[in-house]
Amino acid sequence: MIRKLLCGAGALGASMAAATVAWAQEAAETAAAAVPAEAAEAAAAVPNPGNNAWMMTATVLVLMMILPGLALFYGGLTRSKNMLSTMTQIGATAALAMLIWVMWGYSTAFGPEGNSFFAWGNAFLSQVTHETTAATFSDEVISEYVFVSFQMTFAAITAALVLGGTVERIKFSAVMVFAAIWLTIVYFPIAHMVWASGGLIFEWGALDFAGGTVVHINAGVSALVAALILGKRRGYPTEPMPPHSLTLTMVGTGLLWVGWFGFNAGSELEADGVAGLAMINTFVATASAALVWMLTERLMGHKGSALGFCSGVIAGLVAITPAAGNSGPFGAIVLGAVASVVCYFAVAKLKPALGYDESLDAFGIHAVGGIIGAIGTGIVYSPALGGPGGDDFVMGAQVVTQIQAVLVAIVWAAVGTAIAVFIAKLVTGLRVSPEVEVEGLDLGEHGERAYN
Amino acid sequence: MKFIIAIIKPFKLDEVREALGAIGVAGMTVSEVKGFGRQKGQTEIYRGAEYSTNMLPKVKLEIAATDALADQVVETIQQTASTESIGDGKIFVLDLASATRIRTGEAGDTAL
Repeated sequence: MIRKLLCGAGALGASMAAATVAWAQEAAETAAAAVPAEAAEAAAAVPNPGNNAWMMTATVLVLMMILPGLALFYGGLTRSKNMLSTMTQIGATAALAMLIWVMWGYSTAFGPEGNSFFAWGNAFLSQVTHETTAATFSDEVISEYVFVSFQMTFAAITAALVLGGTVERIKFSAVMVFAAIWLTIVYFPIAHMVWASGGLIFEWGALDFAGGTVVHINAGVSALVAALILGKRRGYPTEPMPPHSLTLTMVGTGLLWVGWFGFNAGSELEADGVAGLAMINTFVATASAALVWMLTERLMGHKGSALGFCSGVIAGLVAITPAAGNSGPFGAIVLGAVASVVCYFAVAKLKPALGYDESLDAFGIHAVGGIIGAIGTGIVYSPALGGPGGDDFVMGAQVVTQIQAVLVAIVWAAVGTAIAVFIAKLVTGLRVSPEVEVEGLDLGEHGERAYN
Repeated sequence: MKFIIAIIKPFKLDEVREALGAIGVAGMTVSEVKGFGRQKGQTEIYRGAEYSTNMLPKVKLEIAATDALADQVVETIQQTASTESIGDGKIFVLDLASATRIRTGEAGDTAL
């Protein structure tokens, strides 16, 4: 999402500093407080209908990643007695995130006033009208409502991704309380730190095109911490818990991949050449990772599997997210392949070795793949490797910055998640009763069966 | 009369049915069943988690035959269903005390 580095290096003008967040204020006096005069002038720019149309499309593509994409992907991986519970938790969490986003989320992440960690001053979208705009990375703008909606879907999917660690045993009510607190103390601040002008990591110059740190490392680490506090599923790992429908997981994988073009190419905020770069990278990194995962299975003496293909697709998509517009296509292919191999070992070897039950591998794929992607972005950005970096690009320094950003995200997500889980425990209790867990959360929590 | 129960590999069902039809078997009951024998089970792997299933899907045939036909039925199933590998299944033969056709009330061989 931020490509501020190069373009900003020489001339970090006021409008550039405004980067993702600088939307224009029609009311000059409001703008003047936070944004320099040039930005206010740039803000007068009229949104290009083409860019607006693309961003509206990208926004609903990200919604499709959640419903039905992620719901099917995760649902297929659970046991049939927990299918509806998994999908309902994802849908309801996303819906809750949307409401919280317009109440205080957008303001906390992208508000007009703020410090290095969070922002404020735009609660209930008080400063947003159909005429206000958000700056892109060039001198273009898009309508602010479109930007708010686009960013809203990112908050929604990140909260939903965390549930991969907790499904099949967490109470629905606990999910709702957890999601509200987690978004507030983990997601919004990290989004501000990474994407908002003035944010801690943004100011370091870390590259995160579409949310490798904000979305994937964040969600994956949070899923692990939540799963550790929650405890293992009853019977894990002695009782077999095979996925109940890899067909649905495959369907979900396809929807995620298609939706991810909105996520990655949309993060350019314009329908321009960099969006095109993000698009082709989202194809080739994913294709590479999908095949490499199956190849790794073969080299480990197993059969190349459907779930391996799906897992590779997700690992590739996660890894290319921070690098989507920050890498050439061949850097993307390598990045996808490396992430795929490392994620394979994380879910197939590391998880059983450590014995934690992070049920659907949100950590093993999103956090691990996200870390590979985030650090790898500092490498593939290099013009020597076909990346879009300029001649003054210093790989070593950039990689150090990327690692710093990753570490901050890990620590912030881990601590914030622990707090959010404990509050949820106090308010609603965390786990369903043993009877409900055995009978299935579909019947116990929702009074329905997925299959009759 | 004999009652013949055969457990065979599912993919052999059509072939066995045709062969039995050719020797004059007029009807049978077929069910999908699971079980294990010397073939044991198979291993499934999901993201590195291995599950061995010790039950394999098989097809169970139940055939009531006249004493005259019974041996031929057993021989036909044995020859048709065999792939000469473990897991091909088994054939059991029981004495059948009586048979009644529900529609007409006929009993014995004529009911078959």
